[in-house]
Amino acid sequence: MTEPRHEPTPMSAPPHLDAPPHALQPPQAAAPAAPSEGSVAGAPIAALSIRGLAKRFGEKIAVDGVSLEVPAGSFFGMVGPNGAGKTTTLSMATGLLRPDFGTALVHGVDVWARPLEAKKLMGVLPDGVRLFDRLTGEQLVTYSGLLRGMDRDVVGTRVSELLAALDLEADAGSLVVDYSAGMTKKIALASALIHAPRLLVLDEPFESVDPVSAANIRGILESYVASGGTVIVSSHVMDLVQRMCSHVAVVAGGRVLAAGSVDEVRNGSTLEERFVQLVGGGHRTEGLEWLRTF
Amino acid sequence: MVAHLLGLKWQLLLNGFQRSPWQLVGMALGLLYALGVLVLLVGGLIALRWADAEIAHTVVVLGGAATVLGWAIIPLVASAADMTLDPARFTTFAIPPRQLLAGLALAGFIGIPGLATLIAALGSVGTWWRSVPAVTGALVGAVLGAFTCVVLSKVVTTATAGLASSRRFKDVSSIIVFIPLMLLGPIMVGVVDGVRSSADYLPVLARTVSWTPLGAAWSLGGDLEAGDFAAAGLKFLISAVTIAGLLLCWHLLLQRALVTPPYSGGSARKGGKLGLFGLLPATPSGAVAARALIYWMKDPRYAASLVIVPLFPVLFFFSGSQGGGYGLLMILGPLTAFMMAWSICADVSYDNTAFALHLAAGVRGVDDRLGRAMACLAISLPVVLVFTVGPLFVTGDWQWLPNLLGLSLGTLFTGLGLSSVISARYNIAVPLPGDSPFKKPPGNVAQTLAVQAVGMGVLALLLIPELALVAVQAFSGGPEAGWINLAVGPLLGVILFVVGVRLGGKWLDARGPEMFAQLSVNR
Repeated sequence: MTEPRHEPTPMSAPPHLDAPPHALQPPQAAAPAAPSEGSVAGAPIAALSIRGLAKRFGEKIAVDGVSLEVPAGSFFGMVGPNGAGKTTTLSMATGLLRPDFGTALVHGVDVWARPLEAKKLMGVLPDGVRLFDRLTGEQLVTYSGLLRGMDRDVVGTRVSELLAALDLEADAGSLVVDYSAGMTKKIALASALIHAPRLLVLDEPFESVDPVSAANIRGILESYVASGGTVIVSSHVMDLVQRMCSHVAVVAGGRVLAAGSVDEVRNGSTLEERFVQLVGGGHRTEGLEWLRTF
Repeated sequence: MVAHLLGLKWQLLLNGFQRSPWQLVGMALGLLYALGVLVLLVGGLIALRWADAEIAHTVVVLGGAATVLGWAIIPLVASAADMTLDPARFTTFAIPPRQLLAGLALAGFIGIPGLATLIAALGSVGTWWRSVPAVTGALVGAVLGAFTCVVLSKVVTTATAGLASSRRFKDVSSIIVFIPLMLLGPIMVGVVDGVRSSADYLPVLARTVSWTPLGAAWSLGGDLEAGDFAAAGLKFLISAVTIAGLLLCWHLLLQRALVTPPYSGGSARKGGKLGLFGLLPATPSGAVAARALIYWMKDPRYAASLVIVPLFPVLFFFSGSQGGGYGLLMILGPLTAFMMAWSICADVSYDNTAFALHLAAGVRGVDDRLGRAMACLAISLPVVLVFTVGPLFVTGDWQWLPNLLGLSLGTLFTGLGLSSVISARYNIAVPLPGDSPFKKPPGNVAQTLAVQAVGMGVLALLLIPELALVAVQAFSGGPEAGWINLAVGPLLGVILFVVGVRLGGKWLDARGPEMFAQLSVNR
């Protein structure tokens, strides 16, 4: 197993960005520094190590060489504008989409060389996919557990605990097709948690979830991280990521613009300001005068 | 504004063509079919020009009335209403209701059903190409009639929007509509018989219908040809008032629908019922089988193919009772075995992107294949056995029992094995989850047809031993070949089943992500 810091594809920002250099370098510095429970020959192994992942859809390059080290035990946020390549990157890292280039290692297990082994370590909440929605919520989570070869009794107790924790008990017997968008998100999250994975990869987990449930989910995820698990979330909500995550990566145009601990990346300003600065938005404030004249 | 809406609808229709070339091929075939039917219809109507005026009047009025009824009923049961210009999408644009109504009504003619109805209606002008008043009347009547069709269907779909958006109604109606469709043959025969015996009654019926909103417009040409100007005037009034009334209804319904969107939700239900997940083995393949079995019952796309099954013996028995003997009943078992085994070809395609769960959970391909095949087997095995043995009670050809059993079981197992391979590799164009089983599937229809054709060819090759043994008995008449088939069919079938599940599993392991990428295209 290669040690992350010796990777030949170190993550770096495009040179034209006039950001302070130390904000752009952190993953190499951060990964070894972060507390890590797993290690081979004394070197810490990242919970997820993405190396030079790239994907092209026809003419469009969706992901252009993304490398990230997600330290074990971190709460890792992935932020970026629409179409930045977040979902594509996470799909490639979780074995749902075959990359054109690059590898992804989950606790040292290559996702694409030993997929079944790597997938056992991961819980995945993909964005924008359907569920087996003619099952009841309870059946769906049970199905997800049984598919992973878990014991029926263990699945049974975990399902009822998960449903209770996510406020889905009252609707456990309704078909998922009749669920609201937020409930659907929560039941999918429960399906990803059932086998107690070491790494959770959640694509937009808070989308259309109500504030109370979002707080619940945050609580679940925070205690999961506190007990040694690793969470990766992608999100548009900067405020949430700043409060919730220990690490963050800013992705745009299929590249990583900055990554590291949240404090390093935001570098004194708020994450949102830093994000806009990095991504280069915010140039549309002039113009649209007619909108002020009614 | 009306022109805007018409332009929008036209653009939407054109954009429908701007997809992959293969899709265009499929669409062109459908269009060709529709065009053929239309040419026949219009040709028939023009040919009526030389028929007796009474007969022409009867045909045009009854046909027109049936068309109006069809426009009211079909969108309801087939969930086939054209919602591209759903009025709900215009709520925020503050379009004056009058203009919105006019625009939407006229836009109803842009599209294959609307255009076809209008052209066929205008075909009746050909029927009445006998005198100036008749032609004028037919022309006015055709326009009024076609307009009635479109507006009536709008009224019905708007009124039932709440009902139609409830999932349960959609599920049930989309399955029930299969039954009359499957039994179309017997129904047609019955209708034709009825018509033959009551041929004298039809003109009377037509005359009565022509005084109702359904047939008034279609009657104008005939009445004017007969010189009955008073009746024609009254019927013109009836159809005009009908359209005005329908427009008013639609207007009121729309106003209500726009501010109170339909609520579609079920009541909350507590858990505790795991159903088949509690019964089948708690292994990955057992879970897949349980899930697949639940889908066979609850997903209308699967359930529809189950509803068809009991209709086959009815159909075959019927055609036997019409003369020609019950020979067809003999192939009921093997045919059912083929159809049911073949149906899981599209299993992964039916999952659509829900397949991501299998992929993310790291389900082994073999478990995935085996679970799906076992679920299908659990349903089809008893059906196939009953359908193989049952017909022999009618025909009495018991000497064929071992041979037919061998062929049926061989077909079932071989078909399941082959389907397991095909569905691991090829995405088949099927209706999306939640859509009506009738809905035209998105995606590559031409590739689907090619895969199905080649697959069936391969199946025929794999079944050569069983088919040969059937042929031997047919020629020699001795039962020995039958007994050999009873051993060969299941044995060979099970071997090919195992091979198919293994091979399909291997392919799925290797190409799962590619399969998922294909599925994600049509979601």
